[in-house]
Amino acid sequence: MNPFTAILDGLGSTLVLLFNALREIRTLPRQFGRFAEQCYLIGYTTLPIVAVLSFFIGGVLALQSGYSMSNFGTKEFIGSLVGLSMTRELGPVMVAILLAGRVGSAISAELASMKVYQEVDALVTMNIPPERILVLPRLAAVLVMMPIITLIGIIVGWFGGALVCEYVGFISLAPEKYFETLRRYTDFRDMWSGLLKAEIFGFVIVLVSCSIGLRTRGGPREIGASVTKAVVTSLILILVLDYFVTKALI
Amino acid sequence: MPQPQPQPQGDKAPASDLPRSDAPHSPATAASRAARPSSAADRADAAANASAASAADRAVGIRFEGLSKRFGEQPVLRDISLDIEPGEIFVLMGPSGSGKSVLLKHVVGLEAPSAGRVLVAGRDAADPATRRAVHMALVFQAGALFNSLSVYDNLALYLREHRLGTEAQIREKVMRALQILSLESAARKSPAELSGGMRKRVAIARALVMEPQLLLYDEPTSELDPVMSATISEIIATLKTHYRVTSVVVSHDRDLALGIADRVGILMGGELITTTTPAELRRSTDPRITDFLNPRIDLSAPRFKKLEPNQPS
Repeated sequence: MNPFTAILDGLGSTLVLLFNALREIRTLPRQFGRFAEQCYLIGYTTLPIVAVLSFFIGGVLALQSGYSMSNFGTKEFIGSLVGLSMTRELGPVMVAILLAGRVGSAISAELASMKVYQEVDALVTMNIPPERILVLPRLAAVLVMMPIITLIGIIVGWFGGALVCEYVGFISLAPEKYFETLRRYTDFRDMWSGLLKAEIFGFVIVLVSCSIGLRTRGGPREIGASVTKAVVTSLILILVLDYFVTKALI
Repeated sequence: MPQPQPQPQGDKAPASDLPRSDAPHSPATAASRAARPSSAADRADAAANASAASAADRAVGIRFEGLSKRFGEQPVLRDISLDIEPGEIFVLMGPSGSGKSVLLKHVVGLEAPSAGRVLVAGRDAADPATRRAVHMALVFQAGALFNSLSVYDNLALYLREHRLGTEAQIREKVMRALQILSLESAARKSPAELSGGMRKRVAIARALVMEPQLLLYDEPTSELDPVMSATISEIIATLKTHYRVTSVVVSHDRDLALGIADRVGILMGGELITTTTPAELRRSTDPRITDFLNPRIDLSAPRFKKLEPNQPS
């Protein structure tokens, strides 16, 4: 299969998987246990790393912008720069990248392993659609958890920037000033835009990871290859989608 | 989840614990029952007999009509035509790589034919609707147990997903299946904690809770010691007798084939070279069959030397 055909094959399979998962949506209330488990895995266990990363991204943004802006006497605008950057762009993208590395890889590894060791075939012979119990709860969980962890990531990033502004000598910007410009230039629409982006990224990451995992054939080597493929594909899609979603939302 | 009561149990289930086909008519067994009226074997027998009544006349037949399968350019099955009668044990034998497992996968719709078709109870096996209409269960070679679930939950999954009863009814069915396979003590274990023999029995128990009309086994005795292989063979024969289920067994195990099969098919190089009874198979003079069933170890002319493509002369 040449690369172009492989891409079309992957796209088609992923859309079929999505369609089959959506057909099972009426069973979602019965999947509450699996949904809650996935919420825990996707949301709760990802939150600490999201918080740490966002804190330092906010801090670095403040540091870099503070270094440049202090030359022009515009350092009071650091708050608006950090606020808008974290909310509209860096928050959702960084959370999505973390999700691809942490959750996407885990999903593709688990499903690829289930496929290779015939657990998925066993489900099919039991007349239980794999999409119902393996895909749908994960998609529902990411839709619920992604805005929450992104929101927390954005807010932690703001505070990271505020701390750097207050304690780094050559910036020395009071938190009141920092948050005043942040509030003035960052409104609800920016937040909505960032959370919508995060929602799209999260959904795509989980869907792609499920699709690649469930299409695995072979043995342990192919499981590893599927994990790599899921993470790389997710990262590429995050960046490509980011451009188009940003363009649509501006 | 209701937790089953653990009972001490070894890995190797004694055949006497299983519901045997002759048990209801055996005076010795009847006497033994009088002595221990509530033994596990009695309960399993009673459970099996009750299920047998409901499952009677549900067995389905399979028809292969010119089935061929290719993977890319590689032909795996060539023009297989075969009828498997309702309620019989059909054992499919053949060397490794001859296409036995692929043929089995066509019956449950995990593979689609390249040419020809497979009919289960007169319905096309490749149609997903057939799986909904006919209760089929496949016992996978490695068990294919769900590693994230306990043994109990592995068995309960089918019943829960298809909402076949309350949790109490599901528990009763699961425990009955575990009892029949002498696996009560393993209910709370995870599949990773089980031995090879127990995994096979759990896989059979999981198939059993589906109350199948058609039970397919992929190498059920592979990687097992001879005693456990015999135990699994006895289980397959017993289930067939009690549940009147059609059984298709893919196996290399000569003892299993000759011991419990109603008919045996030999698949070689993707072709079904014969379909016969075990008695006729023993009498076969076809060198391919005699060599397969009774391979002679010949150190002066080892087979692997003949397999080498560029053997120096």
